[in-house]
Amino acid sequence: MEHRGQVIRENISKIISKHGIGREYLLPVLNEADALYGYINENVLVEISEQMDIPIGEIHGVMSFYSFLNSEKQGKYVIRLCKTISCDMANKNRIEKVLEKELEIKFGQTTDDGKFSLLHTNCIGMCDQGPAMLVNDKVYAKLTPEKVFEIIENYRGGKL
Amino acid sequence: MKVKEIVLGPHVLGSGLEKALEITPYEVILEIKDSKIKGRGGAGFPTGLKWQFAANEAEPTKFVICNADEGEPGTFKDRILLTDHPYKVLEGMVIAGYAIGAKQGFIYLRGEYNYLRKHIQNHIDSMKEKGFLGEKIMGKDFSFNIEIRMGAGAYVCGEEFALIESMNGYRGEPHNKPPFPTQQGYLRKPTIVNNVETFCKVNFIISKGANWIREYGTELSTGTKLFSVSGDVKNPGLYEFELGITVNQLLKEVGAEDAKAVQVGGASGINVARKDFNKTISYETLPPGGSIIVFGPNRDMLPALKNFMEFFVEESCGQCTPCREGNYRLLEGIEMLEKGECSVRYLKELITLSEVMKDSSKCGLGQSSPNCFLTIIENFRDEILYR
Ligand SMILES: Cc1cc2nc3c(=O)[nH]c(=O)nc-3n(C[C@H](O)[C@H](O)[C@H](O)COP(=O)(O)O)c2cc1C
Ligand code: SF4
Ligand code: FES
Repeated sequence: MEHRGQVIRENISKIISKHGIGREYLLPVLNEADALYGYINENVLVEISEQMDIPIGEIHGVMSFYSFLNSEKQGKYVIRLCKTISCDMANKNRIEKVLEKELEIKFGQTTDDGKFSLLHTNCIGMCDQGPAMLVNDKVYAKLTPEKVFEIIENYRGGKL
Repeated sequence: MKVKEIVLGPHVLGSGLEKALEITPYEVILEIKDSKIKGRGGAGFPTGLKWQFAANEAEPTKFVICNADEGEPGTFKDRILLTDHPYKVLEGMVIAGYAIGAKQGFIYLRGEYNYLRKHIQNHIDSMKEKGFLGEKIMGKDFSFNIEIRMGAGAYVCGEEFALIESMNGYRGEPHNKPPFPTQQGYLRKPTIVNNVETFCKVNFIISKGANWIREYGTELSTGTKLFSVSGDVKNPGLYEFELGITVNQLLKEVGAEDAKAVQVGGASGINVARKDFNKTISYETLPPGGSIIVFGPNRDMLPALKNFMEFFVEESCGQCTPCREGNYRLLEGIEMLEKGECSVRYLKELITLSEVMKDSSKCGLGQSSPNCFLTIIENFRDEILYR
């Protein structure tokens, strides 16, 4: 436990020294910590709070504002399907069905093996090529049920 | 009023900057003012005036921010500019830095576009190698750098006050004005925030002159504008048209002449029905925004309206009551309409509520979110009431 605490301290310290200690670096630091751990747990939060000298409550307040900052562990691959107007008109509901069926979870859930989280998101700027979704930092457009099946298979097999 | 390729047309890297550095910062601002160009981020504020405000501030440390938070439903023009025309964006920012006296610029890139980060950074690095960024740019006594800052999934952070809060490390909540960002922005220093497309445009105004740009568009809405076109249309995608184009002409170009309605300016914009297709798109008529969403002849407008309102309910930052409660009430009303349970009297109450929201919300989100409700109800009352 002591060792793990030490590792977290060092990781956070590295991230902070890369960006800076000022308040204006809070979001870049949170973003990077989130990317490193997949979410920001209490231990990480405490480290950031101590090292940047910002009260924990303050950081909680900032985190809760941004939908990309997670306070709970997410799957290895976070799928975000766009549910906004143009994708909706391009039948995103079919894509919803495939995703839920293939992953055997509902939106808002994570698979038991911790591989996939399934979420909705608002417009991701691919409206002329809907339906569209993000898997972590990758964007997929012109989705069809079959294409979605292939994409998931590839992530399952670790090919992507 | 043909399809024009200006912002999307060819541009030699450095040609705008070279011209800018030959004249004084003040003359650059005069040229931008003279072009009468208005910001392409939605609010349509005159770009030259904004720059002048920042330039006039006595505080010597100033900042340039490129607003790449593009989140308006149906908009993807900024993504394409950053992907296919990154030099135009970056060079425009350097010119802005020179004009207002800033040494540092930032691109506030929405979290959803994280995959573009490396691509943009590569172009920043190569501009540095070429001497268009960094110290002593083009041999002149002028230094400027650009850094990318990531957003984290909040539509309201595109609002410039919220964006500044976010960059300062706080919740991205809009606040009352003044102070304006040009007075107290990033790190409480004078800051200009401009849209990606606005910066692209700047190169052409400087390299070809304000007069040249004024030949396009209308008297009050000069130049061309990018439109992200999606929905029920044969050829969706990015288009560049002169401002002042009619809805009819636009629909013809994109292959959607049979449209039943068009949403001009995204979810925050105005719904236009067939009877008004002869209206022009410009800052003084139908404000352009960046997004054109086409509804085909068989589209049911109520689910579309519901989708818009769900968006606003989710994205409202919740700071002020008219917006937080109002959007929720409107959505509830739409759900009643869906079931055929909304009385005419209640619908009228909701219309009054919409007007209150427009007048008393703190920022553009709550001031414009009722637009879709008001215009879709107005246009399609018959189709929607007591179904
Ligand atoms: C809710 C909301 C979201 C906005 N989102 C954006 C955006 O994503 N990009 C943008 O350039 N402007 C956005 N704006 C407008 C900005 O507040 C600001 O007016 C603009 O960035 C100024 O740049 P411009 O003068 O070049 O248009 C938004 C405004 C509101 C109210
Ligand atoms: S209008 Fe809406 S988004 Fe804007 S400050 Fe008020 S609650 Fe927040
Ligand atoms: S509406 Fe789905 S990407 Fe824009």
